[in-house]
Amino acid sequence: MSEAANETLLRVRNLTVRFPMPRTRLVGPRPWIKAVDAVDLEIDTGCTLGLVGESGCGKSTLARAILALVVPQAGTIEWRGQPLRHDDAVGLRRMRRELQVVFQDPVGSLDPRMSIGESVAEALEALEGPQDAVATRARVNSMLAEVGLDPTIHARYPHELSGGQCQRAAIARALVGRPKLLVCDEAVSALDVSVQAQIVNLLADLRRRHGLALLFISHNLAVVRHLCDEVAVLYRGRVVERGTSAAIFAGPRHPYTRALLAAVPDPDPAAHARAAVPELRAAAAAEAVAVVGCAYQPRCPLADGLCREQVPRLEDVGDGHLAACHQARIRPAAS
Amino acid sequence: MAPDALFEVRDLGVRFTTPRGRVSAVREVTLEVRRGECLAVVGESGSGKSQLFLGCLGLLAAGGVVEGSARFDGQELLGPDDGPRRAALGTRLAMVFQDPMNALTPHLTIGRQLAEVVLERGLLDAAAARARSLEVLQSVGMPESEERLRQYPHELSGGQRQRAAIAMALMTRPDLLVADEPTTALDVTVQAQVIDVLRKARDRGLAVVLITHDMGVVAGIADRVAVMYAGRIVETAPAGELFAAPAHPYTAALLASVPRLDTPLAGRLVGIEGQPPAPGAEPDGCAFAPRCPSVLEPCHRSRPPLESHGSRSVACHALRRPAGAGP
Amino acid sequence: MAGSIRASAMTEGALWGDARRRLRGNRAAIAAAAFIAVLVLAALLGPLGSPYAVDQVDWTLSPLASPPSLANGHWFGTDSNGRDLFVRVWTGTQVSLLVALLATAVSVVIGVAWGATAGYLGGRVDGWMMRVVDVLYALPYMFFVIILTVVFGRSLWLIFLAIGAVGWLTMARIVRGQALALRQREFVLAAVALGLPARRIIARHIVPNVLGTVIVYATLTVPQVILFESFLSFLGLGVQEPLTSLGRLVAEGALEMETAPWQLLVPASVLALLLLALNFLGDGLRDALDPRLG
Repeated sequence: MSEAANETLLRVRNLTVRFPMPRTRLVGPRPWIKAVDAVDLEIDTGCTLGLVGESGCGKSTLARAILALVVPQAGTIEWRGQPLRHDDAVGLRRMRRELQVVFQDPVGSLDPRMSIGESVAEALEALEGPQDAVATRARVNSMLAEVGLDPTIHARYPHELSGGQCQRAAIARALVGRPKLLVCDEAVSALDVSVQAQIVNLLADLRRRHGLALLFISHNLAVVRHLCDEVAVLYRGRVVERGTSAAIFAGPRHPYTRALLAAVPDPDPAAHARAAVPELRAAAAAEAVAVVGCAYQPRCPLADGLCREQVPRLEDVGDGHLAACHQARIRPAAS
Repeated sequence: MAPDALFEVRDLGVRFTTPRGRVSAVREVTLEVRRGECLAVVGESGSGKSQLFLGCLGLLAAGGVVEGSARFDGQELLGPDDGPRRAALGTRLAMVFQDPMNALTPHLTIGRQLAEVVLERGLLDAAAARARSLEVLQSVGMPESEERLRQYPHELSGGQRQRAAIAMALMTRPDLLVADEPTTALDVTVQAQVIDVLRKARDRGLAVVLITHDMGVVAGIADRVAVMYAGRIVETAPAGELFAAPAHPYTAALLASVPRLDTPLAGRLVGIEGQPPAPGAEPDGCAFAPRCPSVLEPCHRSRPPLESHGSRSVACHALRRPAGAGP
Repeated sequence: MAGSIRASAMTEGALWGDARRRLRGNRAAIAAAAFIAVLVLAALLGPLGSPYAVDQVDWTLSPLASPPSLANGHWFGTDSNGRDLFVRVWTGTQVSLLVALLATAVSVVIGVAWGATAGYLGGRVDGWMMRVVDVLYALPYMFFVIILTVVFGRSLWLIFLAIGAVGWLTMARIVRGQALALRQREFVLAAVALGLPARRIIARHIVPNVLGTVIVYATLTVPQVILFESFLSFLGLGVQEPLTSLGRLVAEGALEMETAPWQLLVPASVLALLLLALNFLGDGLRDALDPRLG
């Protein structure tokens, strides 16, 4: 299959998405919370970027902004060099043909009243225009087979299938139009671990076969490690670390990344006996606190005066590995 | 029955009457929990691990029927007499769920809810109840416990709510705590802390049953592990031995599926082909046979019984072949 | 299906197979449905089984108003003008049912379209659309109907329109609530991500998933419509002679309550039983279809 030259498919610059908070005072400006705060990212053809973070970090909001399901307040999103605008219906249509999504809830992401075949066929029709019925059926069946489903499944309904099967169907729907980039928003988080492994392998296979780029959003670092070339870590809407998988997993430079890695439960009792439980200061429950300085500093073991005053910017700490931490410059990576 | 067995289940089965007929969620389960130990019950969706304990505690949904025996400290919980069960539940035997909001009422403060646990049962007076609430909340590692007592559940983060729910369960100083997926809904950084809370409680003498599908979490706290598949126990073993040398092919495959941080980057994950049988549609013979990498001919015909070898037990035909007969 | 048996035994109930099964288990609803079926058959076939026409006066009777009697062939008796009540009651039932069905159909069509669109689009559009509903709700629609009938005369079609024009308001509100919830569901987001236009999403994804609720409320709207029509007839604004409706019959019968009680009792009983059965059926449908989505 002839491959397009390597290009930057997605370029996000300074993206900010805010949500209004309920008013605490009758007059005065309305409080906002920044779900996504000045995020930059890029994904090239065939590349996989893992977006990692915990609940409330803004990764889902970021995904929705990229998919033009949510309108950002600031920043730009470029798809293959063309800026995306929400009032540009034609541009959006073109983008949607090449940028698709798989969501977290396998059963919920399929219309309960449509059969699997109908859902996939609808996607085909939406992306490529009205089709001949026979041709549609053939393409739907071949897509279902490609994701490892028996083609007879096209007549079944989501509630009759398992989580893993539904997720495969959702992947089939997303890929039937042959997109260039697939956004996976916690696509394996709701699955049993043995099924998760199947789906991750499937994504890796599809990626290899079709030169598909992936934006893989997850809170599970171990899964990201198996699938992604590059990783970006989000905390409270900001990218705090970015680099290749090799660099990040071998030597994380941001304290939050280190905490995330340390917290991944290792299926090895001996390892648990050795490791100490990371003593994190408690995160404040309220998210709208306007923190001056680094957002992570209340929980950070390395925080000092500078951290409390100045928001750290993403800076190169060596070979394109970026970290937003004042301490990362001063202290080299811990082993 | 071992002398220090606190909770003992014999031949337990759970059945549901659904529109599609009678379906078994749990079959012929026999296991025990000893004082001061943590037993992890591991399985994926449909394994029956939650229904097993909901059945023992009389918490099944409508249409569910339990059969068999469940004894807590020698007293039968499932007999015709409700008394022992109601006496034990909530005082000596407590349960914690995946969603802490199953235990916490949104419109009462944390302090009030904790105190009510002992006040309602007439165990302590108001002042003593308040003191105990603070003490228990601190013991679960809740930061700024005094302030938390005055707060409402919605003002707490997910991890803090789960700690509060665990504190509620610990108010009556129970002997056994059943925790059903307590960390599944939590962020990974908070997960480690909650497991630490349970581990410290176990170290102080509490017996814990941890129901989970997350092998990493199991490794952090379990003394013994029971693995369930399609409603039955397929293997039990001390934790260290199970992780080092799993005997049942399902256990081995499950452990192999867990993504790890110490394997080669971008390596392929090992999954298990297919999916577990739908309840009510289990095949003849061993339920895992259709997916088993070590399957043999007898596996399709007869179901392997759970056999004990010392501290371990396994239900698998593939193990009983004479040595030298192949992989 | 992945997940425990408990989960699968309580799946989102609105799939038709499960719904049918649940409905069949509800004896009151089944009995009600059977009763309605019988009533409809009686309404259609009754007049054919009688030698009398709906406006035929039986001069052989004296007095003209005669009580029910098997002997003289007037099984329900006659009204003050000597017309056979059996035929009139069944003809009246036909008309009442027809008005109810058509008016409900009008309110369903307008209400679903309005509500689904407002709920899905949300924001300002939703705000304006529902303000319209609120304003119309506030209008004293009795006056509105009376004025219409005075201006356009008392035609059957006008009744349909008047009732339908009012009935869609509640339906719109209910559907809008469901649509608001639905638009957050992931399968709707997936449809948006496919680039489907809003009208397509509303038609293919929102409306089919609110049908459960719509059916329930439509079934519960029918008795309201029949009552409203009866009320109009009672006021003298409903259907005209020689057609009659249950409401008219009740109105006429009420005048003769002391001297000829059967003229009131027969149509009133039919009306009451019909409404009761419709309510039972509506409740049964609601339990079966479980309109709590998600």
